[in-house]
Amino acid sequence: MHELSVCQALLGQVEAIAREHAARVERIRLRIGPLSGVDRGLLERAFTLARAGTVAETAELSITEAEVRVRCRDCGAESAASVNRLLCGGCGGWRTELAGGDELLLLSVELSEDERVATDAA
Amino acid sequence: MCKTCGCEVTPGNAHLAYRPVPQHTTAVDVLGRLLAANDHAAEHNRAHFDDHGVLALNLMSAPGSGKTELIEATADALGRELRLGVLVGDLATDNDAQRIRTHGIPAVQITTGEACHLDAHMIHDALHQMALDGLDVLFIENVGNLVCPASFDLGQHRNVALLSFTEGDDKPAKYPVLFRSADLVLLTKSDLARHMEDFDAARAEGCLRALANAAPLHALSARRGINLHPWFDWVRGELAAVRARRRAAFHPGAHHHDHGEGLAR
Repeated sequence: MHELSVCQALLGQVEAIAREHAARVERIRLRIGPLSGVDRGLLERAFTLARAGTVAETAELSITEAEVRVRCRDCGAESAASVNRLLCGGCGGWRTELAGGDELLLLSVELSEDERVATDAA
Repeated sequence: MCKTCGCEVTPGNAHLAYRPVPQHTTAVDVLGRLLAANDHAAEHNRAHFDDHGVLALNLMSAPGSGKTELIEATADALGRELRLGVLVGDLATDNDAQRIRTHGIPAVQITTGEACHLDAHMIHDALHQMALDGLDVLFIENVGNLVCPASFDLGQHRNVALLSFTEGDDKPAKYPVLFRSADLVLLTKSDLARHMEDFDAARAEGCLRALANAAPLHALSARRGINLHPWFDWVRGELAAVRARRRAAFHPGAHHHDHGEGLAR
């Protein structure tokens, strides 16, 4: 589905970072929430296809899953919730704001220094 | 600042800056949205719309819920009052753009090929064929799909989700990302409601509220011209809001007194 588009966007950012450091990518860390619209499993699968031939072709993808949490505009409580039931855990009201769960974040990129050493020595 | 768009390091993620990494490895902290490039393009589109005082509406629904029909009925009713334009996204054919043009308003077809959604870059490219100078409202008819379009900001001002009486009334619960993003939900094909006894509009509204979404719901039939006025009034109201923001941007401080235009000094 659209996880491939998301992967391509991810690799665009990762390649720019790797180029800046003239290094190879070892690991990419993401945080994804259930309300981001991106499926973790599909993203992992799309990644193994999309990374071929890029500076991230041997990189590992580490995904941490975010929790769905809401903050109530009526009673102020913050509580855990589920994707289609964003009600306040305190008063049961539906006038809440999302305090977590729609993240689609590139947290960090771990780069191998080996190639950079080779470049310096060249 | 929010915790989910990557614009701030929070106690929850600050440790990532200090975690140990394997030898001969450098960690570059990014903390940015995966879709940052699309977001950036979307902001550019939004600024473009704002500069021209054009209301941009993103219409989303399952395939066949009546997006094109709604646009056609709107063109017939409001086409003399407002200058309307349409960008239509489909995987293949330009059938929808052709249909819309027969109602006397400009329509540009975006043929996505394999892509199951529109994104900001596609909108940007399509705008080369649609002069914003001559428009009041731009409808963006997204690809018929309740899953993917919700994740991609196009630069629109408002999202409109369509759900027809011939679908399940619990769809907002099944597709929370899209229905959470809706600023207005239209229950379409209301002329068929009497045949669809299982569809409970109150249940659909309940599912929407459970997504913490206060958006209004209106039942209507574009084909039979039933109850279209709440939709037309909503469009007029949103256009007025875009124009008011534009005036405020050109006149910071929202002064209402005369700035002396036309008066000799």
